[in-house]
Amino acid sequence: MPDITLSRPVPVTTEAPLIRGLLIGVALIFVALFLFAPLVTVFVEALRQGWVAALDALRLPDALAAIRMTLTIAAIAVPINAAFGIAAAWAITKFDFPSKAFLITLIDLPFSVSPVVAGLMLVLLFGANSTLGGWLIANDMPIVFAFPGILLATLFVTFPFVARELIPVMIEQGRAEEEAALTLGASGWRIFFTVTLPNIRWALLYGVLLCNARAMGEFGAVAVVSGKIRGETATMPTMVEMFYNEYLSVAAFTLAAVLAMLALLTLLLKSLLEWRHADLLAATRRH
Amino acid sequence: MNIEIEELAKEFGTTRALHPVSLPIPSGALVALLGPSGSGKTTLLRILGGLEFPTSGRVLFGGQDATGLSVQERRAGFVFQSYALFKHMTVFENIAYGLRARPRKERPPEAEIGRRVQRLLDLIQLPDIGARYPNQLSGGQRQRVALARALAIEPRMLLLDEPFGALDAKVRKELRQGLREIHDRTGLTTVFVTHDQEEAMELADLVVVMSMGRIEQVGKPADIRARPATDFVRDFTAA
Repeated sequence: MPDITLSRPVPVTTEAPLIRGLLIGVALIFVALFLFAPLVTVFVEALRQGWVAALDALRLPDALAAIRMTLTIAAIAVPINAAFGIAAAWAITKFDFPSKAFLITLIDLPFSVSPVVAGLMLVLLFGANSTLGGWLIANDMPIVFAFPGILLATLFVTFPFVARELIPVMIEQGRAEEEAALTLGASGWRIFFTVTLPNIRWALLYGVLLCNARAMGEFGAVAVVSGKIRGETATMPTMVEMFYNEYLSVAAFTLAAVLAMLALLTLLLKSLLEWRHADLLAATRRH
Repeated sequence: MNIEIEELAKEFGTTRALHPVSLPIPSGALVALLGPSGSGKTTLLRILGGLEFPTSGRVLFGGQDATGLSVQERRAGFVFQSYALFKHMTVFENIAYGLRARPRKERPPEAEIGRRVQRLLDLIQLPDIGARYPNQLSGGQRQRVALARALAIEPRMLLLDEPFGALDAKVRKELRQGLREIHDRTGLTTVFVTHDQEEAMELADLVVVMSMGRIEQVGKPADIRARPATDFVRDFTAA
Protein backbone atom coordinates (compact mmCIF):
# COMPACT_ATOMS: atom_id res chain seq x y z
CA MET A 1 0.00 0.00 0.00
CA PRO A 2 1.40 3.38 -0.91
CA ASP A 3 1.70 5.72 1.97
CA ILE A 4 -1.08 8.31 1.75
CA THR A 5 -0.71 11.42 3.83
CA LEU A 6 -4.00 11.91 5.66
CA SER A 7 -2.80 14.44 8.16
CA ARG A 8 -4.24 17.63 6.73
CA PRO A 9 -3.71 20.03 9.61
CA VAL A 10 -6.98 21.96 9.17
CA PRO A 11 -10.54 20.86 8.47
CA VAL A 12 -11.48 20.80 4.79
CA THR A 13 -14.07 23.52 5.23
CA THR A 14 -11.49 26.05 6.43
CA GLU A 15 -10.11 28.69 4.06
CA ALA A 16 -6.44 29.48 3.64
CA PRO A 17 -5.02 31.67 6.46
CA LEU A 18 -4.62 34.67 4.16
CA ILE A 19 -8.25 34.60 3.02
CA ARG A 20 -9.44 34.00 6.57
CA GLY A 21 -7.50 37.01 7.84
CA LEU A 22 -8.78 39.12 4.98
CA LEU A 23 -12.43 38.21 5.58
CA ILE A 24 -12.21 38.76 9.33
CA GLY A 25 -10.39 42.03 8.74
CA VAL A 26 -13.04 43.32 6.34
CA ALA A 27 -15.78 42.40 8.79
CA LEU A 28 -13.99 44.13 11.66
CA ILE A 29 -13.31 47.27 9.64
CA PHE A 30 -16.95 47.39 8.59
CA VAL A 31 -18.17 47.03 12.18
CA ALA A 32 -15.71 49.67 13.40
CA LEU A 33 -16.55 52.13 10.64
CA PHE A 34 -20.30 51.80 10.46
CA LEU A 35 -21.37 50.72 13.94
CA PHE A 36 -18.76 51.65 16.48
CA ALA A 37 -17.43 54.97 15.16
CA PRO A 38 -20.82 56.75 14.97
CA LEU A 39 -21.67 55.62 18.49
CA VAL A 40 -18.36 56.86 19.86
CA THR A 41 -18.77 60.16 18.00
CA VAL A 42 -22.08 60.80 19.74
CA PHE A 43 -20.49 60.41 23.15
CA VAL A 44 -17.37 62.40 22.21
CA GLU A 45 -19.47 65.30 20.93
CA ALA A 46 -21.68 65.20 24.01
CA LEU A 47 -18.65 65.48 26.30
CA ARG A 48 -16.78 68.06 24.17
CA GLN A 49 -17.24 70.75 26.81
CA GLY A 50 -16.91 68.40 29.75
CA TRP A 51 -19.26 66.47 32.02
CA VAL A 52 -20.68 69.55 33.68
CA ALA A 53 -21.86 71.09 30.42
CA ALA A 54 -23.39 67.80 29.34
CA LEU A 55 -25.26 67.36 32.62
CA ASP A 56 -26.41 70.98 32.51
CA ALA A 57 -27.83 70.36 29.04
CA LEU A 58 -29.83 67.45 30.40
CA ARG A 59 -31.28 69.71 33.10
CA LEU A 60 -32.83 72.01 30.51
CA PRO A 61 -36.62 71.91 31.00
CA ASP A 62 -37.12 71.08 27.32
CA ALA A 63 -34.72 68.15 27.51
CA LEU A 64 -36.34 66.82 30.68
CA ALA A 65 -39.80 67.11 29.18
CA ALA A 66 -38.66 65.27 26.05
CA ILE A 67 -37.14 62.43 28.10
CA ARG A 68 -40.32 62.16 30.13
CA MET A 69 -42.44 62.12 26.98
CA THR A 70 -40.38 59.41 25.28
CA LEU A 71 -40.35 57.15 28.34
CA THR A 72 -44.09 57.57 28.86
CA ILE A 73 -44.86 56.80 25.21
CA ALA A 74 -42.66 53.69 25.28
CA ALA A 75 -44.15 52.55 28.59
CA ILE A 76 -47.64 52.64 27.08
CA ALA A 77 -46.95 51.61 23.47
CA VAL A 78 -44.74 48.59 24.15
CA PRO A 79 -47.17 46.66 26.39
CA ILE A 80 -50.07 47.40 24.04
CA ASN A 81 -48.14 46.19 21.01
CA ALA A 82 -46.83 43.17 22.90
CA ALA A 83 -50.40 42.16 23.75
CA PHE A 84 -51.73 42.72 20.24
CA GLY A 85 -48.63 41.17 18.67
CA ILE A 86 -49.15 37.99 20.68
CA ALA A 87 -52.83 37.96 19.78
CA ALA A 88 -52.11 38.40 16.07
CA ALA A 89 -49.35 35.78 16.01
CA TRP A 90 -51.54 33.36 17.97
CA ALA A 91 -54.46 33.81 15.59
CA ILE A 92 -52.30 33.44 12.50
CA THR A 93 -50.33 30.40 13.58
CA LYS A 94 -52.83 28.37 15.58
CA PHE A 95 -56.02 28.82 13.57
CA ASP A 96 -57.10 28.55 9.97
CA PHE A 97 -59.39 31.23 8.66
CA PRO A 98 -60.04 32.97 5.35
CA SER A 99 -58.01 36.06 4.42
CA LYS A 100 -55.14 35.00 6.65
CA ALA A 101 -52.58 36.06 4.05
CA PHE A 102 -54.23 39.47 3.92
CA LEU A 103 -53.89 39.87 7.68
CA ILE A 104 -50.18 39.01 7.48
CA THR A 105 -49.72 41.65 4.79
CA LEU A 106 -51.59 44.14 6.92
CA ILE A 107 -49.29 43.47 9.87
CA ASP A 108 -46.32 44.23 7.62
CA LEU A 109 -47.84 47.46 6.37
CA PRO A 110 -46.08 49.72 8.91
CA PHE A 111 -42.74 48.30 7.72
CA SER A 112 -43.41 49.20 4.11
CA VAL A 113 -45.05 52.57 4.64
CA SER A 114 -42.66 55.45 5.28
CA PRO A 115 -43.11 56.75 8.84
CA VAL A 116 -43.64 60.26 7.49
CA VAL A 117 -46.56 59.00 5.42
CA ALA A 118 -47.93 57.26 8.51
CA GLY A 119 -47.74 60.54 10.39
CA LEU A 120 -49.46 62.39 7.55
CA MET A 121 -52.26 59.81 7.49
CA LEU A 122 -52.94 60.54 11.14
CA VAL A 123 -52.90 64.29 10.53
CA LEU A 124 -55.35 63.91 7.66
CA LEU A 125 -57.58 61.61 9.70
CA PHE A 126 -57.58 63.45 13.01
CA GLY A 127 -56.35 66.94 12.08
CA ALA A 128 -58.39 70.14 12.43
CA ASN A 129 -59.38 70.01 8.74
CA SER A 130 -61.13 66.65 8.96
CA THR A 131 -64.67 66.18 10.26
CA LEU A 132 -63.60 63.71 12.89
CA GLY A 133 -60.64 65.85 13.95
CA GLY A 134 -62.76 69.00 14.10
CA TRP A 135 -65.30 67.28 16.33
CA LEU A 136 -62.57 65.90 18.61
CA ILE A 137 -60.95 69.33 18.94
CA ALA A 138 -64.33 70.96 19.61
CA ASN A 139 -64.88 68.44 22.38
CA ASP A 140 -61.47 69.15 23.88
CA MET A 141 -59.91 65.86 22.81
CA PRO A 142 -57.22 66.87 20.34
CA ILE A 143 -55.29 64.00 18.79
CA VAL A 144 -52.91 65.72 16.43
CA PHE A 145 -50.21 67.94 17.97
CA ALA A 146 -50.98 66.26 21.30
CA PHE A 147 -50.09 63.18 23.33
CA PRO A 148 -52.67 60.79 21.78
CA GLY A 149 -51.34 61.52 18.29
CA ILE A 150 -47.76 60.69 19.29
CA LEU A 151 -48.98 57.50 20.93
CA LEU A 152 -50.99 56.48 17.85
CA ALA A 153 -48.05 57.19 15.54
CA THR A 154 -45.71 55.16 17.75
CA LEU A 155 -48.22 52.30 18.00
CA PHE A 156 -48.58 52.23 14.23
CA VAL A 157 -44.89 52.27 13.47
CA THR A 158 -43.92 49.70 16.10
CA PHE A 159 -46.83 47.29 15.59
CA PRO A 160 -45.09 44.61 13.47
CA PHE A 161 -42.08 43.98 15.72
CA VAL A 162 -43.59 41.56 18.24
CA ALA A 163 -45.85 39.75 15.77
CA ARG A 164 -43.06 39.41 13.19
CA GLU A 165 -40.72 37.92 15.77
CA LEU A 166 -43.33 35.47 17.08
CA ILE A 167 -44.92 34.17 13.87
CA PRO A 168 -41.98 32.10 12.55
CA VAL A 169 -41.26 30.65 15.99
CA MET A 170 -44.90 29.70 16.52
CA ILE A 171 -45.19 28.20 13.03
CA GLU A 172 -42.11 26.09 13.68
CA GLN A 173 -43.54 24.85 16.97
CA GLY A 174 -46.85 23.87 15.45
CA ARG A 175 -49.99 23.09 17.41
CA ALA A 176 -49.08 19.70 18.82
CA GLU A 177 -48.22 20.85 22.35
CA GLU A 178 -51.39 22.93 22.59
CA GLU A 179 -53.42 19.98 21.35
CA ALA A 180 -51.73 17.75 23.90
CA ALA A 181 -52.65 20.20 26.67
CA LEU A 182 -56.24 20.24 25.39
CA THR A 183 -56.51 16.45 25.55
CA LEU A 184 -55.19 16.65 29.11
CA GLY A 185 -58.15 18.83 30.00
CA ALA A 186 -56.54 22.28 30.20
CA SER A 187 -58.57 25.40 29.48
CA GLY A 188 -57.58 27.94 26.81
CA TRP A 189 -56.06 30.40 29.27
CA ARG A 190 -54.20 27.70 31.10
CA ILE A 191 -52.76 26.42 27.82
CA PHE A 192 -51.69 29.93 26.89
CA PHE A 193 -49.91 30.60 30.16
CA THR A 194 -48.40 27.17 30.79
CA VAL A 195 -47.59 25.99 27.25
CA THR A 196 -47.69 28.70 24.60
CA LEU A 197 -46.13 31.58 26.52
CA PRO A 198 -43.17 29.60 27.94
CA ASN A 199 -42.43 28.32 24.43
CA ILE A 200 -42.33 31.79 22.88
CA ARG A 201 -40.83 33.78 25.75
CA TRP A 202 -37.43 34.36 24.15
CA ALA A 203 -38.88 35.40 20.82
CA LEU A 204 -41.30 37.61 22.74
CA LEU A 205 -38.43 39.21 24.64
CA TYR A 206 -36.59 39.97 21.39
CA GLY A 207 -39.75 41.39 19.88
CA VAL A 208 -40.43 43.58 22.91
CA LEU A 209 -36.85 44.88 22.96
CA LEU A 210 -36.94 45.75 19.26
CA CYS A 211 -40.35 47.31 19.69
CA ASN A 212 -39.09 49.33 22.64
CA ALA A 213 -36.00 50.52 20.78
CA ARG A 214 -38.10 51.71 17.88
CA ALA A 215 -40.76 53.25 20.13
CA MET A 216 -38.12 55.41 21.82
CA GLY A 217 -36.25 56.17 18.61
CA GLU A 218 -39.11 56.87 16.19
CA PHE A 219 -38.65 60.20 14.47
CA GLY A 220 -40.55 60.59 11.18
CA ALA A 221 -44.10 59.78 12.14
CA VAL A 222 -43.84 61.50 15.50
CA ALA A 223 -42.27 64.61 14.01
CA VAL A 224 -45.25 65.07 11.68
CA VAL A 225 -47.97 64.30 14.21
CA SER A 226 -46.53 66.00 17.28
CA GLY A 227 -45.88 69.42 15.76
CA LYS A 228 -42.71 69.36 17.89
CA ILE A 229 -43.98 71.76 20.52
CA ARG A 230 -41.16 72.26 23.03
CA GLY A 231 -41.87 71.04 26.52
CA GLU A 232 -45.22 69.69 25.40
CA THR A 233 -45.08 67.28 22.49
CA ALA A 234 -41.38 67.01 21.75
CA THR A 235 -39.90 63.53 22.19
CA MET A 236 -36.20 62.78 22.58
CA PRO A 237 -35.49 62.26 18.85
CA THR A 238 -37.41 65.37 17.77
CA MET A 239 -35.80 67.40 20.56
CA VAL A 240 -32.34 66.25 19.42
CA GLU A 241 -33.11 67.61 15.96
CA MET A 242 -34.34 70.92 17.35
CA PHE A 243 -31.30 71.39 19.58
CA TYR A 244 -29.05 70.53 16.65
CA ASN A 245 -30.76 72.99 14.31
CA GLU A 246 -30.23 75.68 16.92
CA TYR A 247 -26.51 74.91 17.05
CA LEU A 248 -26.84 73.69 20.65
CA SER A 249 -24.64 70.78 19.74
CA VAL A 250 -23.72 69.78 23.31
CA ALA A 251 -27.39 69.57 24.25
CA ALA A 252 -28.23 67.74 21.03
CA PHE A 253 -25.48 65.18 21.41
CA THR A 254 -26.04 64.71 25.13
CA LEU A 255 -29.69 63.89 24.54
CA ALA A 256 -28.66 61.63 21.65
CA ALA A 257 -26.18 59.93 23.98
CA VAL A 258 -28.93 59.31 26.54
CA LEU A 259 -31.04 57.78 23.79
CA ALA A 260 -28.12 55.60 22.73
CA MET A 261 -27.56 54.55 26.33
CA LEU A 262 -31.19 53.53 26.69
CA ALA A 263 -30.71 51.33 23.62
CA LEU A 264 -27.50 49.86 25.01
CA LEU A 265 -29.26 49.24 28.30
CA THR A 266 -31.97 47.15 26.62
CA LEU A 267 -29.31 45.12 24.83
CA LEU A 268 -27.48 44.62 28.11
CA LEU A 269 -30.69 43.50 29.76
CA LYS A 270 -31.26 40.98 27.00
CA SER A 271 -27.76 39.53 27.28
CA LEU A 272 -28.08 39.38 31.06
CA LEU A 273 -31.34 37.43 30.85
CA GLU A 274 -29.86 35.05 28.30
CA TRP A 275 -26.83 34.50 30.47
CA ARG A 276 -28.84 33.86 33.62
CA HIS A 277 -31.17 31.41 31.92
CA ALA A 278 -28.52 29.69 29.81
CA ASP A 279 -29.39 26.23 31.21
CA LEU A 280 -33.04 26.56 30.42
CA LEU A 281 -32.25 27.96 26.99
CA ALA A 282 -30.08 24.97 26.26
CA ALA A 283 -32.72 22.60 27.58
CA THR A 284 -35.46 24.05 25.44
CA ARG A 285 -33.21 24.95 22.51
CA ARG A 286 -34.72 28.32 21.78
CA HIS A 287 -32.63 31.20 20.57
CA MET B 1 -65.96 1.58 27.37
CA ASN B 2 -67.24 0.67 23.92
CA ILE B 3 -67.15 3.17 21.06
CA GLU B 4 -69.67 3.39 18.23
CA ILE B 5 -68.78 5.22 15.03
CA GLU B 6 -71.88 5.88 12.94
CA GLU B 7 -71.70 7.16 9.35
CA LEU B 8 -68.85 9.50 10.18
CA ALA B 9 -67.65 11.76 7.34
CA LYS B 10 -65.11 14.56 7.19
CA GLU B 11 -64.40 17.08 4.45
CA PHE B 12 -61.57 19.58 4.39
CA GLY B 13 -62.80 22.20 1.93
CA THR B 14 -63.54 20.19 -1.17
CA THR B 15 -61.45 17.13 -0.33
CA ARG B 16 -63.09 14.21 1.40
CA ALA B 17 -60.83 12.84 4.09
CA LEU B 18 -63.44 10.38 5.28
CA HIS B 19 -66.36 8.92 3.36
CA PRO B 20 -69.13 7.95 5.72
CA VAL B 21 -67.61 5.17 7.82
CA SER B 22 -69.18 3.05 10.56
CA LEU B 23 -67.33 0.96 13.07
CA PRO B 24 -68.20 -0.60 16.42
CA ILE B 25 -65.30 -0.91 18.85
CA PRO B 26 -65.93 -3.31 21.73
CA SER B 27 -64.99 -2.29 25.25
CA GLY B 28 -61.42 -3.08 26.22
CA ALA B 29 -60.30 -3.89 22.67
CA LEU B 30 -56.89 -3.02 21.26
CA VAL B 31 -57.66 -1.75 17.77
CA ALA B 32 -55.31 -0.82 14.92
CA LEU B 33 -56.33 1.62 12.22
CA LEU B 34 -54.11 0.41 9.39
CA GLY B 35 -53.60 2.12 6.05
CA PRO B 36 -51.25 4.11 3.85
CA SER B 37 -50.87 7.85 4.33
CA GLY B 38 -53.94 9.73 3.16
CA SER B 39 -56.24 6.85 4.03
CA GLY B 40 -58.09 8.88 6.66
CA LYS B 41 -56.91 6.88 9.66
CA THR B 42 -55.41 9.84 11.54
CA THR B 43 -58.48 11.96 10.76
CA LEU B 44 -60.69 9.26 12.26
CA LEU B 45 -58.50 9.09 15.37
CA ARG B 46 -58.51 12.87 15.78
CA ILE B 47 -62.30 12.95 15.49
CA LEU B 48 -62.50 10.34 18.27
CA GLY B 49 -60.24 12.52 20.42
CA GLY B 50 -62.25 15.66 19.66
CA LEU B 51 -59.39 17.43 17.86
CA GLU B 52 -61.42 17.52 14.64
CA PHE B 53 -65.15 17.68 14.25
CA PRO B 54 -66.92 15.48 11.69
CA THR B 55 -68.85 16.99 8.79
CA SER B 56 -71.61 14.49 9.47
CA GLY B 57 -72.24 11.35 11.49
CA ARG B 58 -72.09 10.47 15.18
CA VAL B 59 -69.71 9.08 17.75
CA LEU B 60 -71.04 7.25 20.81
CA PHE B 61 -68.98 6.58 23.92
CA GLY B 62 -70.53 3.87 26.09
CA GLY B 63 -73.86 4.40 24.37
CA GLN B 64 -73.85 8.19 24.96
CA ASP B 65 -73.66 10.61 22.05
CA ALA B 66 -70.22 12.23 22.28
CA THR B 67 -70.14 13.96 18.87
CA GLY B 68 -70.46 17.46 20.29
CA LEU B 69 -68.28 16.97 23.38
CA SER B 70 -65.23 19.22 23.64
CA VAL B 71 -61.74 17.72 23.77
CA GLN B 72 -61.53 18.30 27.51
CA GLU B 73 -64.90 16.67 28.21
CA ARG B 74 -64.00 13.52 26.29
CA ARG B 75 -61.22 12.47 28.66
CA ALA B 76 -59.40 10.58 25.93
CA GLY B 77 -55.73 9.90 26.57
CA PHE B 78 -53.98 10.95 23.38
CA VAL B 79 -50.41 10.10 22.36
CA PHE B 80 -49.20 12.26 19.48
CA GLN B 81 -47.01 11.17 16.62
CA SER B 82 -44.01 13.20 17.74
CA TYR B 83 -45.22 12.88 21.38
CA ALA B 84 -45.68 16.65 21.83
CA LEU B 85 -44.08 16.61 25.27
CA PHE B 86 -43.85 20.04 26.89
CA LYS B 87 -40.22 20.93 26.20
CA HIS B 88 -39.86 23.41 29.03
CA MET B 89 -41.20 21.07 31.73
CA THR B 90 -39.57 18.13 33.47
CA VAL B 91 -40.92 14.64 32.94
CA PHE B 92 -42.63 14.89 36.33
CA GLU B 93 -44.36 18.15 35.40
CA ASN B 94 -45.36 16.73 32.03
CA ILE B 95 -47.10 13.77 33.61
CA ALA B 96 -48.65 15.87 36.38
CA TYR B 97 -50.00 18.44 33.86
CA GLY B 98 -53.40 16.84 33.38
CA LEU B 99 -53.96 16.47 37.13
CA ARG B 100 -52.96 20.07 37.85
CA ALA B 101 -55.21 21.31 35.04
CA ARG B 102 -58.30 19.97 36.79
CA PRO B 103 -60.73 22.37 38.42
CA ARG B 104 -59.75 23.08 42.01
CA LYS B 105 -62.46 20.88 43.51
CA GLU B 106 -61.36 17.78 41.60
CA ARG B 107 -57.63 18.43 41.82
CA PRO B 108 -55.78 15.94 43.98
CA PRO B 109 -53.49 17.41 46.68
CA GLU B 110 -49.83 17.85 45.74
CA ALA B 111 -48.70 14.77 47.70
CA GLU B 112 -51.27 12.64 45.91
CA ILE B 113 -50.15 14.03 42.52
CA GLY B 114 -46.58 13.07 43.44
CA ARG B 115 -47.64 9.52 44.32
CA ARG B 116 -49.64 9.10 41.13
CA VAL B 117 -46.84 10.39 38.91
CA GLN B 118 -44.42 7.99 40.58
CA ARG B 119 -46.84 5.09 40.04
CA LEU B 120 -47.04 5.96 36.34
CA LEU B 121 -43.25 6.25 36.08
CA ASP B 122 -43.06 2.76 37.62
CA LEU B 123 -45.67 1.51 35.16
CA ILE B 124 -43.61 2.65 32.17
CA GLN B 125 -40.52 1.21 33.87
CA LEU B 126 -38.65 4.49 34.04
CA PRO B 127 -38.89 5.21 37.77
CA ASP B 128 -35.94 7.61 38.01
CA ILE B 129 -36.38 10.10 35.18
CA GLY B 130 -38.85 12.49 36.82
CA ALA B 131 -36.39 15.39 37.04
CA ARG B 132 -35.19 15.23 33.42
CA TYR B 133 -36.29 17.36 30.49
CA PRO B 134 -37.73 15.74 27.34
CA ASN B 135 -34.68 16.56 25.21
CA GLN B 136 -32.55 14.55 27.63
CA LEU B 137 -34.50 11.38 26.83
CA SER B 138 -34.20 8.81 24.06
CA GLY B 139 -37.01 8.40 21.52
CA GLY B 140 -38.33 5.31 23.25
CA GLN B 141 -38.31 7.00 26.64
CA ARG B 142 -40.19 9.99 25.24
CA GLN B 143 -42.87 7.73 23.83
CA ARG B 144 -43.34 6.06 27.20
CA VAL B 145 -43.50 9.40 29.00
CA ALA B 146 -46.15 10.55 26.53
CA LEU B 147 -48.08 7.38 27.33
CA ALA B 148 -47.78 8.00 31.08
CA ARG B 149 -48.93 11.60 30.62
CA ALA B 150 -51.99 10.41 28.70
CA LEU B 151 -52.76 7.80 31.38
CA ALA B 152 -52.46 10.32 34.21
CA ILE B 153 -55.85 11.87 33.50
CA GLU B 154 -57.53 8.48 34.13
CA PRO B 155 -58.79 8.45 30.55
CA ARG B 156 -61.85 6.64 29.30
CA MET B 157 -59.91 5.42 26.27
CA LEU B 158 -56.42 5.59 24.82
CA LEU B 159 -55.76 7.00 21.35
CA LEU B 160 -52.30 6.77 19.79
CA ASP B 161 -51.19 8.35 16.51
CA GLU B 162 -48.33 6.32 14.96
CA PRO B 163 -46.92 5.63 18.44
CA PHE B 164 -43.90 3.74 17.08
CA GLY B 165 -43.34 5.79 13.95
CA ALA B 166 -40.21 7.63 15.01
CA LEU B 167 -38.35 4.70 16.57
CA ASP B 168 -35.79 2.21 15.31
CA ALA B 169 -36.74 -1.42 14.76
CA LYS B 170 -35.38 -2.83 18.02
CA VAL B 171 -37.01 -0.24 20.29
CA ARG B 172 -40.20 -0.61 18.29
CA LYS B 173 -40.49 -4.29 19.17
CA GLU B 174 -39.87 -3.64 22.87
CA LEU B 175 -42.41 -0.86 23.06
CA ARG B 176 -45.01 -2.88 21.20
CA GLN B 177 -44.79 -5.37 24.03
CA GLY B 178 -44.90 -2.48 26.51
CA LEU B 179 -48.11 -1.09 25.02
CA ARG B 180 -49.69 -4.55 25.03
CA GLU B 181 -48.89 -4.95 28.73
CA ILE B 182 -50.17 -1.52 29.66
CA HIS B 183 -53.35 -2.16 27.70
CA ASP B 184 -53.91 -5.48 29.42
CA ARG B 185 -53.25 -4.01 32.86
CA THR B 186 -55.49 -0.97 32.48
CA GLY B 187 -58.17 -2.65 30.37
CA LEU B 188 -58.66 0.61 28.44
CA THR B 189 -60.22 0.59 25.02
CA THR B 190 -57.22 1.48 22.88
CA VAL B 191 -57.08 2.68 19.28
CA PHE B 192 -53.79 3.23 17.51
CA VAL B 193 -52.95 4.41 14.01
CA THR B 194 -50.22 2.73 11.99
CA HIS B 195 -49.09 2.23 8.41
CA ASP B 196 -47.06 -0.84 9.35
CA GLN B 197 -49.11 -3.98 8.71
CA GLU B 198 -46.76 -6.18 10.73
CA GLU B 199 -47.22 -3.93 13.75
CA ALA B 200 -51.01 -3.95 13.38
CA MET B 201 -51.21 -7.70 12.89
CA GLU B 202 -48.92 -8.51 15.79
CA LEU B 203 -50.30 -6.11 18.37
CA ALA B 204 -54.01 -5.57 17.76
CA ASP B 205 -57.05 -7.66 18.64
CA LEU B 206 -58.95 -6.01 15.83
CA VAL B 207 -57.49 -4.52 12.65
CA VAL B 208 -59.33 -1.88 10.63
CA VAL B 209 -57.83 -1.60 7.14
CA MET B 210 -58.44 1.80 5.55
CA SER B 211 -57.81 3.29 2.13
CA MET B 212 -58.81 6.60 0.52
CA GLY B 213 -61.10 7.57 3.39
CA ARG B 214 -62.97 4.27 3.41
CA ILE B 215 -62.87 1.21 5.65
CA GLU B 216 -61.88 -1.75 3.48
CA GLN B 217 -62.11 -4.50 6.06
CA VAL B 218 -62.47 -5.03 9.81
CA GLY B 219 -61.40 -8.24 11.45
CA LYS B 220 -59.04 -10.24 13.60
CA PRO B 221 -55.49 -10.25 12.22
CA ALA B 222 -55.65 -13.93 11.29
CA ASP B 223 -58.97 -13.51 9.46
CA ILE B 224 -57.68 -10.58 7.45
CA ARG B 225 -54.60 -12.55 6.46
CA ALA B 226 -56.64 -15.62 5.57
CA ARG B 227 -59.56 -13.92 3.86
CA PRO B 228 -58.74 -10.43 2.54
CA ALA B 229 -61.96 -8.76 1.45
CA THR B 230 -60.51 -6.72 -1.41
CA ASP B 231 -57.47 -6.61 -3.66
CA PHE B 232 -56.23 -3.59 -1.76
CA VAL B 233 -56.31 -5.44 1.56
CA ARG B 234 -54.49 -8.42 0.04
CA ASP B 235 -51.76 -6.24 -1.48
CA PHE B 236 -51.34 -4.05 1.58
CA THR B 237 -51.19 -6.86 4.15
CA ALA B 238 -48.97 -9.04 1.98
CA ALA B 239 -46.10 -6.59 2.14
